[in-house]
Amino acid sequence: MRHSCLRIFTLAAVALLVAPCRAAGVLDPQGPVAAAERLILINATAIMLVVVLPVIVLTLAFAWWYRASNKRADYRPDWSYSGEIELVVWSIPAMVVILLAGVGWTGSHVLDPGRKLKSDGSPIRIEVVSLDWKWLFIYPDQHIAAVNQLVVPSGAPIEFFLTSATVMNSFFVPQLGSQIYTMPGMTTHLYLLADHLGDYPGISAQFSGDGFSDMRFVVHAVPAPEFDNWLARARSAGPTLDSDAYAQLARTTRNAAPQTYRSVDPLLFSHILQQAMPVAASAPHRD
Amino acid sequence: MSAQAASVALAGQPGAMPASGGGPAPVRIVVAYGFWIFLLSDIIMFSALFATYAVLSGQTAGGPSGHDLFGLRHVGVETLCLLFSSYTCGLGVLAIERRYLTGFYLAFAVTFALGASFLGLEISEFAGMIARGAGPSRSAFLSAFFSLVGLHGVHVSAGLLWLAFMVAQTIAKGPRDFVRRRLLCFSLFWHALDIIWVALLTLVYLMGAR
Amino acid sequence: MGKLTWGAIPIHQPIPMAASLFITFGVLAVLGLVTWKRWWPFLWREWLTSVDHKRIGVMYVLLALVLLLRGFIDAIMMRSQLAIAAGNADGYLPPEHYDQIFSAHGTIMIFFMAMPFVVGLMNFVVPLQLGVRDVAFPVLNAISFWLTASGALLVNISLVVGEFARTGWLAYPPLSELQFSPGVGVDYYLWALQISGIGTLLAGINMVTTILKLRAPGMTYMRMPVFCWTALCSSLLIVAAFPVLTATFGMLLLDRYVGMHFFTIDGGGNCMLFINLIWAWGHPEVYILILPAFGIFSEVIATFSGKQLFGYRSMVLATLAICVLSFMVWLHHFFTMGAGADVNAVFGIMSMIIAIPTGVKLFNWLFTLFRGRIRFEVPVLWAIGFMVTFVIGGLTGVLLAVPPVDFVLHNSLFLVAHFHNVIIGGVLFGAMAGYNYWFPKAFGFTLDKRLGVISFWCWLIGFYLAFMPLYALGLLGMTRRMQHYADLSWQPYLIVAELGAVVILGGIVATIAQLVVSVRTRASRRDLTGDPWNGRTLEWSTASPPPAYNFAVLPEVESLDAFWVMKQKGSARLRERYESIETPSNSANGFVTAFFAVVIGFAMIWHIWWMAIFGVACAAATLLAFGWSERVDHKISGEQLANAERVRLQPLESA
Repeated sequence: MRHSCLRIFTLAAVALLVAPCRAAGVLDPQGPVAAAERLILINATAIMLVVVLPVIVLTLAFAWWYRASNKRADYRPDWSYSGEIELVVWSIPAMVVILLAGVGWTGSHVLDPGRKLKSDGSPIRIEVVSLDWKWLFIYPDQHIAAVNQLVVPSGAPIEFFLTSATVMNSFFVPQLGSQIYTMPGMTTHLYLLADHLGDYPGISAQFSGDGFSDMRFVVHAVPAPEFDNWLARARSAGPTLDSDAYAQLARTTRNAAPQTYRSVDPLLFSHILQQAMPVAASAPHRD
Repeated sequence: MSAQAASVALAGQPGAMPASGGGPAPVRIVVAYGFWIFLLSDIIMFSALFATYAVLSGQTAGGPSGHDLFGLRHVGVETLCLLFSSYTCGLGVLAIERRYLTGFYLAFAVTFALGASFLGLEISEFAGMIARGAGPSRSAFLSAFFSLVGLHGVHVSAGLLWLAFMVAQTIAKGPRDFVRRRLLCFSLFWHALDIIWVALLTLVYLMGAR
Repeated sequence: MGKLTWGAIPIHQPIPMAASLFITFGVLAVLGLVTWKRWWPFLWREWLTSVDHKRIGVMYVLLALVLLLRGFIDAIMMRSQLAIAAGNADGYLPPEHYDQIFSAHGTIMIFFMAMPFVVGLMNFVVPLQLGVRDVAFPVLNAISFWLTASGALLVNISLVVGEFARTGWLAYPPLSELQFSPGVGVDYYLWALQISGIGTLLAGINMVTTILKLRAPGMTYMRMPVFCWTALCSSLLIVAAFPVLTATFGMLLLDRYVGMHFFTIDGGGNCMLFINLIWAWGHPEVYILILPAFGIFSEVIATFSGKQLFGYRSMVLATLAICVLSFMVWLHHFFTMGAGADVNAVFGIMSMIIAIPTGVKLFNWLFTLFRGRIRFEVPVLWAIGFMVTFVIGGLTGVLLAVPPVDFVLHNSLFLVAHFHNVIIGGVLFGAMAGYNYWFPKAFGFTLDKRLGVISFWCWLIGFYLAFMPLYALGLLGMTRRMQHYADLSWQPYLIVAELGAVVILGGIVATIAQLVVSVRTRASRRDLTGDPWNGRTLEWSTASPPPAYNFAVLPEVESLDAFWVMKQKGSARLRERYESIETPSNSANGFVTAFFAVVIGFAMIWHIWWMAIFGVACAAATLLAFGWSERVDHKISGEQLANAERVRLQPLESA
């Protein structure tokens, strides 16, 4: 009975520990940004484990061997300095840090969010606005908008311009890579690329209030012809995103259903940026 | 011979105990040192507000800027009041160390008057700005201005209250040790406010008025 | 009464109401018991008006342990919610409530558990280790403690009257501005932390002055125990960082109360400014917490290995390096703000550089164990547990310091796992080690060992069960502060995490049981010699508990590990003559000032202006009244000292 319990426990533990390697998330990149970030993550971890694992082993080994009841162990109560050991002890962390600093420097530059991505597909621009508690995606060149869904042609570099109409949020699609803050009155800039077809969950990664947990959207990476079809469908149905529709949209709602707008005021994003648009008041609650 | 005296006697000789091994310092030094550390922490608090001012000084939200609002003559008189009050404060502390009480009371009365003048001028400047619609809630720049200069003014006000209290205590108790220790702390405080004012004058008024 | 109405009491919400009733009855029960047993005069005389650093240290630790319970209840409520709120399930805590719970959890654990624990241990131990009678400013010390307790009280009042902040423990604007948080929650948060922040700042100033200006004769800097060095660096960080917190919260208060525009959406406000300022405080804050814990481990490992600490000089150097570097890394808390590659890279590299002195310390502890003779008392268990656990936290920390990695892990449960890894594995384990280590010095008997061992293992196993799944969840894409989630594959991890929280609960229960059992059976574990662990530093050269004046004669220090060297040279002797000494007498200044601080805080929160003005006037009057007369010190004659020393030395001479 005890053995089978132990076996089940071990299997479960291993399953839980290994599962993230397969499941959707940071370790399952679907774009070059995410793939590069995963590589750095794995490399940096491996480099550090070279030091960390021996330290853990040595700690437990020394604690065991030098226990007071072990009379075979050497006891040198006044030995408290060794120049050679000091040299090694300062050098090992220093070398690891120098190595990782190099990785960090080059990685920060190569993977800077605002760095243009090169690809065969033609680039597409998207303006992102975080609202309470939903995401608005404006396609300025295609003149449509969508809420809580982001359809993009796979293989095309996507240039995001992001802001917030209310409080700080963070635009994040784990399988595509870097997240970036959205802040009112400011624009942040991000490039991502989805090079595989699929649906990728996106979230807000910066707590923004009571409806935060439902600020979810899906990125649909589709082949280019299908993207054009979707654009056509979006242009032919649904409301227009003028100032009245926006005022309606800006009201606080939770768990907003995905929808599209057939046309959008081209100056909407810059008006939101300049805080010329109405801002959601906080939802009423016990006071 | 106490360890402290021994360390002083031996100082300079090879192998002598360094001053750090001289045992606990006397009360007067401990109090002044602690108060210095407090003043440094206060300066750091001002630094946070200076940094805020630097970031927000351009954010006038369509309202008036420093150039429109700052009157350098007014500020110049404030500066003279404050700097001169520091001088008289120093004179007062010297006087009380020499037990010259009349000089002390005179010097501190002048210090109080000058400090109060500074405060009065600053309050009138603030009132004027608010009356013109340039109050602290008008823009981020004005919020930063009012809070930075205002915090200094709050410190000056607290200093004046402290000054009055110290003079009362000196009258009641005489120039005892603990009273003179506190007067030393007060004078450190008052001089530090001067230093902060010089930074304020430069970074806010002189640079803002351009 | 300003905004205060009867509606502020959460009658219509069962969970907060139940909690409020529990706390209210608990407090009334304790007060009732004290009154019935007529303990008030004793408590007032011996504890509430005490300016003795040892008493104040004990009260700080007691505050920390009580608030550990409150913060932990918040934690287990969060874990329970997430264990069930998968898919379409909503859980039992609506977002309005859940958001307050995680905000309160973080605020309480950092400001009212970790800080008081660490400050309390520093308070108790440092003057004893320095060989002096008290800290530099004993009355200020009492004021510091009581102001911290006031802040803790205000946070707990928010449970009964009103609500707490719903913004997370750092209250980023614009969410924390009036526009998006119009209730009193953020005001409770701000006033509680402003008040306790002043207390902490004063404590830091006190400790710096004590360590730099008050040491026993002969104790040069390089003969100070390592714990005093870490206490010094931690206190320097307090002095340098807390004013920034005060200024930043002051600005947010001005925005909320007077309509200023520091961080608002309109008027030119800039939320990035808040984030920079708050983390300029926030990063040094975590080093304020961890450095004393490092110091405790240095003392514990050296003592229980029966060996001098390896590499004293480089330990001191490493501590100073960490102190300075901690001010140069703050941007790593918001790499995703988009500051650009150069800025991100520089701060990332600075953050990695801090890992070097930390690594050096770890190796030095390792080589202290090496060729030692290790006695596995409870403090050493915590130390070994720390060494293994903290390196994992350090690894994930350096990982997060690489900006591209942070871009995908920022604000995720991976981050939450990392900081709990270092705070629990580092600060809490250190605090528990210090608690077990110095308890006999404070109370004259050791703690029960068996329950201490149980508590340790529950905490260790519980920690891994509770937080290793969170690393996995962060990699799976789960972000922090979610009240429910759609992805069912996350649920097994969250259930394991809940199990871990339950195991930690076992550890907490074991700690409480340890205290109760130890008090009951204290006669069998009395510390008669003052040196139950064969210690190396001067606190072990006094009686357990030490007399109010600590040392009848200040020790003459001739080396590092002063007490160890004294013991090698021979045992202590009764002197022929003792000079009379003076000790500071009690003062009600701290308690009264703190009382008015609570009045002011409560009044400001609820906009009861007349009460606020009254509170300020009374606080000012208190300050002036207590400051008017010179303090009368308490004289202890030479004969009294001789008698006390005779009693203390008797068990040593007969041993």
